[in-house]
Amino acid sequence: MASIRELHTQLVRKERSAVEITTEALERIQTLEPKLHSFLQITADHALAQAKQVDQQIAAGEEIGLLAGIPIGIKDNMCTDGIPTTCGSRILENFVPPYESTVTEKLKKAGAVMVGKTNLDEFAMGSSTENSGYQVTANPWDLSRVPGGSSGGSAAAVAAQECVVALGSDTGGSIRQPASLCGVVGMKPTYGLVSRYGLVAYASSLDQIGPFGGCVEDAAILLGAIAGYDPKDSTSLKVDIPNYAQLLKPNFRPKSRLRIGVIKETFGGGLDSQVEEKVKAAIEVLQNLGAEIQIVSCPRFGYGLPAYYIIAPSEASANLARYDAVKYGIRAEEADNLVDMYKKTRAKGFGTEVKRRIMLGTYALSAGYYDAYYLKAQKVRTLIKQDFESAFEKVDVLVCPTSPTTAFKAGEKTADPLSMYLSDLMTIPVNLAGLPALSIPCGFDQQGLPIGMQLIGKVLREDQLLQVAYAYEQSTDWHLRTPIL
Amino acid sequence: MATAAPKKKATSTQYEAVIGLETHCQLNTETKIFSPVSTAFGTPPNTNISAICLGYPGVLPVLNEKVLEYAVKAGLALNCKIAPYSKFDRKQYFYPDLPKNYQISQYDLPIAEHGWLEIEVVEKPGDEPMRKKIGITRLHMEEDAGKLVHAGSDRLAGSTHSLVDFNRAGVPLLEIVSEPDIRTGAEAAEYGQELRRIMRYLGISDGNMQEGSLRCDVNISVRPVGQEEFGTKVEIKNMNSFSAIQKAIDYEIERQIKCLETGEKIAQETRLWEEGSQKTISMRSKEGSSDYRYFPEPDLPPIEVSVEQMNQWKGELPELPAQKRHRYEEELELSAYDARVLTDDREIAEYFESAIAQNANPKQVANWLMGDIAAYLNSEKLTIGEIALKPPILAELVNLIDQGTISGKIAKEILPELLTTAIDSLQKFVESKGMIQISDTGELEKIIDKILSENADKVEQFRNGKTKLQGFFVGQIMKETSGRADPKLTNQLLGKKLKG
Repeated sequence: MASIRELHTQLVRKERSAVEITTEALERIQTLEPKLHSFLQITADHALAQAKQVDQQIAAGEEIGLLAGIPIGIKDNMCTDGIPTTCGSRILENFVPPYESTVTEKLKKAGAVMVGKTNLDEFAMGSSTENSGYQVTANPWDLSRVPGGSSGGSAAAVAAQECVVALGSDTGGSIRQPASLCGVVGMKPTYGLVSRYGLVAYASSLDQIGPFGGCVEDAAILLGAIAGYDPKDSTSLKVDIPNYAQLLKPNFRPKSRLRIGVIKETFGGGLDSQVEEKVKAAIEVLQNLGAEIQIVSCPRFGYGLPAYYIIAPSEASANLARYDAVKYGIRAEEADNLVDMYKKTRAKGFGTEVKRRIMLGTYALSAGYYDAYYLKAQKVRTLIKQDFESAFEKVDVLVCPTSPTTAFKAGEKTADPLSMYLSDLMTIPVNLAGLPALSIPCGFDQQGLPIGMQLIGKVLREDQLLQVAYAYEQSTDWHLRTPIL
Repeated sequence: MATAAPKKKATSTQYEAVIGLETHCQLNTETKIFSPVSTAFGTPPNTNISAICLGYPGVLPVLNEKVLEYAVKAGLALNCKIAPYSKFDRKQYFYPDLPKNYQISQYDLPIAEHGWLEIEVVEKPGDEPMRKKIGITRLHMEEDAGKLVHAGSDRLAGSTHSLVDFNRAGVPLLEIVSEPDIRTGAEAAEYGQELRRIMRYLGISDGNMQEGSLRCDVNISVRPVGQEEFGTKVEIKNMNSFSAIQKAIDYEIERQIKCLETGEKIAQETRLWEEGSQKTISMRSKEGSSDYRYFPEPDLPPIEVSVEQMNQWKGELPELPAQKRHRYEEELELSAYDARVLTDDREIAEYFESAIAQNANPKQVANWLMGDIAAYLNSEKLTIGEIALKPPILAELVNLIDQGTISGKIAKEILPELLTTAIDSLQKFVESKGMIQISDTGELEKIIDKILSENADKVEQFRNGKTKLQGFFVGQIMKETSGRADPKLTNQLLGKKLKG
């Protein structure tokens, strides 16, 4: 499928209608879904209605935005008014939100065509999308492998061109890691840049919505459409949003030398040698583009993972307490009393990983353990932030692999949660620090599986990050390769 | 700080109670604390709700700025230190009336701490009130829960099913915790009343205990006088009036003393006040305190109150009940009792002040307000603002009596009309009704002479020693003048004439 700009040009020139584009996407979804399982729900009627509206606008001579008529996938943890939102959990099997999340509201207004709700690890907890309560999504590059997670559905859908762009959410790497494993661009913005209103909470202080695209410009366009202050989210930032896409310069040569720091700690044990090789090659490309490359140290980088697995489950244990069968969601039958209803419903409705994290978090917050776990983890979080701050005194952008390995086999890590957790080692510290970061394709391993490079930026410097990624993308052709399906 | 007299017992040991109050005060904001939904009381179940009140997936709380303003004002009025940096926390427990199964509250950094309020306790009517400062440990903001209605039982246990009404969920509350400075039921009731007065003066809460907008929980233990450490603490709930608070505490003090004296162990528990039996009954054990797993609320940024903002709110504080009481006693020379009665309700106090601003005698204005006018308000169930009599006319009334233009008796007679009919000038009103007092000596002498000549036999009797008849003559004169004769002058002149 073409890029947003190409489709936009076709629409404006009336070479193709939005309904045609949407129909094509829906047909492709129809064809591929039996293999991929990227979508939990296909919203064909909704999509065609939206597309028709765009066509009417075009016919009436109205000016349309870049996203108008563009097929988009929405991760199923963002609430859509009147359209079931399950968060990949059985506990929300029957849940239809009576409200719209801010991001989808914005996309609706922009004329974007939502073709469906994409699969995810239940409550966004996981790194392979295997924790979905409904289905396992396949990696379009190798159907026996996982697409990464938790936004695996969105990543796979964009990689397989079932839609042009998609929204994901990233709490510890849930956009960047699947983007890396599926060979697409995925970005987690600065915490607070995009409203979380309507995003079903996993770990509120870390969750952030961001774009997936087949190329940097598509991601930039989508980010621009969803970013901005929202009075409904007290943690959203009151900042002006630049026109990210317009700022992208094709033949970017930094005027003053752009300094890129390679995080020393990320090139150690556990890193796949082919990933290491390709990321180092990508860094050379950046150097050839005129960037000054430095090796920098973030000594506490490795403590991000353990700190994350205290903080995120702690917040999750409270965030998920509301699923109690009283107000919405499923309710277990045959309960003897209130507590029994709670227990049976939650035992039935939540999957193993969700239960594990609720228990972890409940334990970490308990009297007598709070200081040793939660408080300690918060201190580590501060130290990690400080590491980034001092690194950013020396450089403008940090670089490292997105994931230590390429896509692994489905079922390979499900029995070993720790090895699964390690797949987010490189992405988690960024969430703890609230920084923007993206993953961009930087090559393939010998099995033909995509490899991603992670670029980490200063707070609110999404523009700079996107520019660096764009410059890299323009001098390589990784993004032009597509999986054979 | 004064200490109340310890309870006297038949045995040699004297005991004292150590009491602290935890008060939940609903703020009267238009909308809820974290959602733009009405807080109206008494609407049909589940009509004042939204996805936010119900804790739907993905929704987020946004702090109602009015709540912060009210909390800071309450904190200032209670002489607290306002935290320049404060935050919200999640208090976690499962209960079906709590939509998220956690309550957004404040834990270790409340908005206000370390304050006090002054109470005045009157042991017996007529006694000089005893003043005492009760420490305020902390004041914090939180959201209220919904309400359960149980079928087949008045408690969850034993009911066949329960219905939940979320109208109240998310209504803003201030939780105000006192130091354990209270010693008696009377002090506790007065503390509660003073707290309510302050909230009403600030205009931030209606303090209606029946509707549950003011709820007091009592923590109480008893120890022998002189003992340093506290006895076992018992919590009492379910009092819906100040007198119930007083009675529950008095009952509980007796009960705990009895336990101590008979060697029975006092259980650390929550007890309920039963209005019917006038007793406290055990509700649940508090052994092994519950773990609420508090942690900072990640959906709300920390609260920072700037100095400018705080000064602005400070400047908007009204004169508070204690300040008014002191001023009425010291500057207006009213009795402590009068000062208390007049300041109990801010509206009455303002009415009073508006009247005396017209140079009316404060004591006289007070007497009218606390006497005939209060009786009328009571019987008609009206507030002072609802009557036709406005402060300038009451002031004129007092002044016309003072100047001798009308008699007190006339004033009392015309009051009912003044309470229901608005007028511009009392002077014109009494003139038009011919109610001006006769204070002219010549005119009065003529009338007296007429009465005396008509009752020559009684004059004779008087002069023969039946001096009681003076009253009869005054009565006749008043009858003749329709009560307009200046009583003082009448008596004076009559006395002279009767002596011959």
